Amino acid sequence: MQTGQLLLILAAMIVTAFIMGRHRALQVAQPLGGIRHLRSLPFYYAMRSAIWCALPALTVLVTWLVFDQTLIRIMVLDSLPTELQPVDGTARNLLISQIGNVASGALPTDFVDAAVANAAGRLNQLQSISAMAMAVVVIVLAMVGGAWAWLRVSARMPAREQVERVLLVVFMLCAVLAVVTTVGIVFSVLFESIRFFGQVPITDFLFGLNWSPQMALRADQVASEGAFGAVPLFAGTLLISAIALIVAVPVGLMSAIYLAEYAHSKVRSFAKPALEVLAGVPTVVYGFFAALTVAPFIRDVGQSLGLSVASESALAAGLVMGIMLIPFVSSLSDDVITAVPRAMRDASLGLGATRSETIKKVIFPAALPGIMGGILLAASRAIGETMIVVMAAGLAANLTANPLQAVTTITVQIVTLLTGDQEFDSAKTLAAFALGLMLFITTLLMNVVALHIVKKYREQYE
Amino acid sequence: MSVTTEQVRKTLARRYRAEKRFKAYGICAISIGLLALLLLFTDIIGKGYRAFYEYSVALQITFDPESLEIDDPRDLEQLQYGNYEAVVREALQARFPGVEGREGRRALAALVSTAAGYRLREMLENSPELLGQTRTLWLQLNDDADMFLKSSEAKRKTARLSDQQQTWMLELEQSDEVRAGFNHSLFTRGDSREPEQAGILGAILGSFFTMLVTLALSFPIGVAAAVYLEEFAPKNRFTDFIEVNINNLAAVPSIIFGLLGLAVFIGLFGMPRSVPLVGGLVLTLMTLPTIIISSRAAIKAVPPSIRQAAMGLGASKMQVVLQFVLPLALPGMLTGGIIGMAQALGETAPLLMIGMVAFIVELPAGAMDAATVLPVQVFLWASSPEQSFVTMTSAAIMVLMTFLITMNTLAVVMRKRLERRW
Repeated sequence: MQTGQLLLILAAMIVTAFIMGRHRALQVAQPLGGIRHLRSLPFYYAMRSAIWCALPALTVLVTWLVFDQTLIRIMVLDSLPTELQPVDGTARNLLISQIGNVASGALPTDFVDAAVANAAGRLNQLQSISAMAMAVVVIVLAMVGGAWAWLRVSARMPAREQVERVLLVVFMLCAVLAVVTTVGIVFSVLFESIRFFGQVPITDFLFGLNWSPQMALRADQVASEGAFGAVPLFAGTLLISAIALIVAVPVGLMSAIYLAEYAHSKVRSFAKPALEVLAGVPTVVYGFFAALTVAPFIRDVGQSLGLSVASESALAAGLVMGIMLIPFVSSLSDDVITAVPRAMRDASLGLGATRSETIKKVIFPAALPGIMGGILLAASRAIGETMIVVMAAGLAANLTANPLQAVTTITVQIVTLLTGDQEFDSAKTLAAFALGLMLFITTLLMNVVALHIVKKYREQYE
Repeated sequence: MSVTTEQVRKTLARRYRAEKRFKAYGICAISIGLLALLLLFTDIIGKGYRAFYEYSVALQITFDPESLEIDDPRDLEQLQYGNYEAVVREALQARFPGVEGREGRRALAALVSTAAGYRLREMLENSPELLGQTRTLWLQLNDDADMFLKSSEAKRKTARLSDQQQTWMLELEQSDEVRAGFNHSLFTRGDSREPEQAGILGAILGSFFTMLVTLALSFPIGVAAAVYLEEFAPKNRFTDFIEVNINNLAAVPSIIFGLLGLAVFIGLFGMPRSVPLVGGLVLTLMTLPTIIISSRAAIKAVPPSIRQAAMGLGASKMQVVLQFVLPLALPGMLTGGIIGMAQALGETAPLLMIGMVAFIVELPAGAMDAATVLPVQVFLWASSPEQSFVTMTSAAIMVLMTFLITMNTLAVVMRKRLERRW
């Protein structure tokens, strides 16, 4: 049976449980003289039945769906004769995909070992057993749960309290999901990184000057020393982010100041949404713009000036990333500038200062912590930005500070190492997770500091 | 006149100049932002508008049984293996009788898209009586020939057509045997190696299924989390920890969520690659913080008097929240939800990590079919060398931007219309 059909059946059962629970509550209430003699409204009895019908069944269903493939795989592999047992992770993945292909009919059985063909048969068998068993268990659970709740309906039962307690737990679990996500990120990245550092020393990774992960393409070849030195990537990331910030911070900040302090309300009502449109443009569009319009333009200009400019120069990627960050910096600065109390402004103007002097000497210093926080957030966005650099920056890991040359970044390398088919265990793949870990730690630190500053600042004027 | 006034007078001109300069910087900054916006849009539209129409050529097609190698048009197997290219080739040679030699004939045949063959087969399948008859048909041109006709005079010299092919195209153009029409295949087909046969429907469907999963998960979960944090959570360290977590997750680079999806959903749970379901799950985790933050703001905006009034009438805390606070906060939450969805719709990087970059021709039929999404399609086409794909990429961006701007406008309109000021 398909999972979709099972879900439909389950939904129908939940609705039935709801209707029957309500009916039962009304029935119980009738001899007592109406629903006002029930402890809760009939709706809550109905909800209680529906919850009893749904929760256990859904929990089992989700757990089953998450783990059945893994368990079936282990069982199939265990059923293979010892001489066919895979020696390492790579061989294991290969074998699993081979068995899967035979089982789905994509690979004819006479092309493979008889034992593999048997395993494929067993895989199909186990899968159909699993699907049937899941359907039966889920439906029985739903029925038992619904029936039990239905039987227990009584006038004195605190149905509302029970339903509300379940809802509260569900709400709390939803909130906890944020923590689970963070933990998931930390563990998935950390776990693979530790495996990577088992193959490549962490000092080589952090301080090595040579990055050429392609050397570890073959499975039998251990990553040679120095091939995973990430310093050129860090330098490239910093270079492009610095260019982006040099563009975005002055422009964004001045735009915010102008819009907040000078602009006529008509200009403001037009320019603000226009800048917001810029913020809504997907990064892949910026990448396209950088790669096909800005980069060739910069190269042509450079050549006419007699400079040698790489066609994937850091300048192009940085400039476009800067454009992307303008609305970000501008809206964050706008928030902090408008948060500076009116009284400070008026006091300064009353003493005879011009508007620009008020801004420079009073508002800006007062808003500085908030602005710094905003710039930090923008910097963390620049470091983690992916599509612009994937499309417009290069792949070659040059260690250079020249913005006209091609550099590569952490995110570019993560994408390059992980797109396409790859095995989970090669040093090449694991290196991507190690880079991800670096990226996560850096951006996390910046965010924590930035959010702390912004929060502190906000409290100051509240 | 006092000394101070004297000093102030002296510096006044300088100070006013500084004032003007400062104001000019502001105007410059705004102009740079607006100019960048203008440049971006004109660049994309200028490159992309030509993908919305395409040229076809009028040819006298004879459904010749011998060339087609079909004697019974009702036999499906014969239809499948029919030599439709031969018929097109003959029609082209009849139009340009002077062409000699294999090279020349091949160059001539290359002008018409291979899609023409499929069209002829479809026609024959629908009306078998066509066999042996001659019809004048408008057939799709190959992308190079199409680009040549779309280019301006100056750019035609750099077209990817040989001189001979260019003369043929000019002849056809002068005798009005080519015409431009709406490019249907752009909106009705999946990806293809041939630019003139490639379309964005596959990517749009992939985006649709991905968004469906994201919306179905992130909105309810986000609202529930916001309700808990805003209304029920006790003030303790754990709640603070959750809050710090949410704020940080909102600023984590999206590619990290892709790594999470790859390691957990695909690596640990054994889910298939390239499917909208996994894409939707990853994007759910990514948009959740945005939705939680905006939903909390919406809940906070509901005045406490509403809660107190409801409680005074005997409602329980949960009843107050579900029946009074939530309906009043809903417009704000929906606005935040739409903005979160728009963010997810434009996202590319995490989907690259979970393998949604595959070349997929078939249109996906559900959330478990391998698919790509609109922004990833843009990324894939942008790295193709053909000039036509640049046009197609820009067209795909225009479609994507139309969706995004519509969604954002909707959010703004909803906020204005439904939001209540207390």
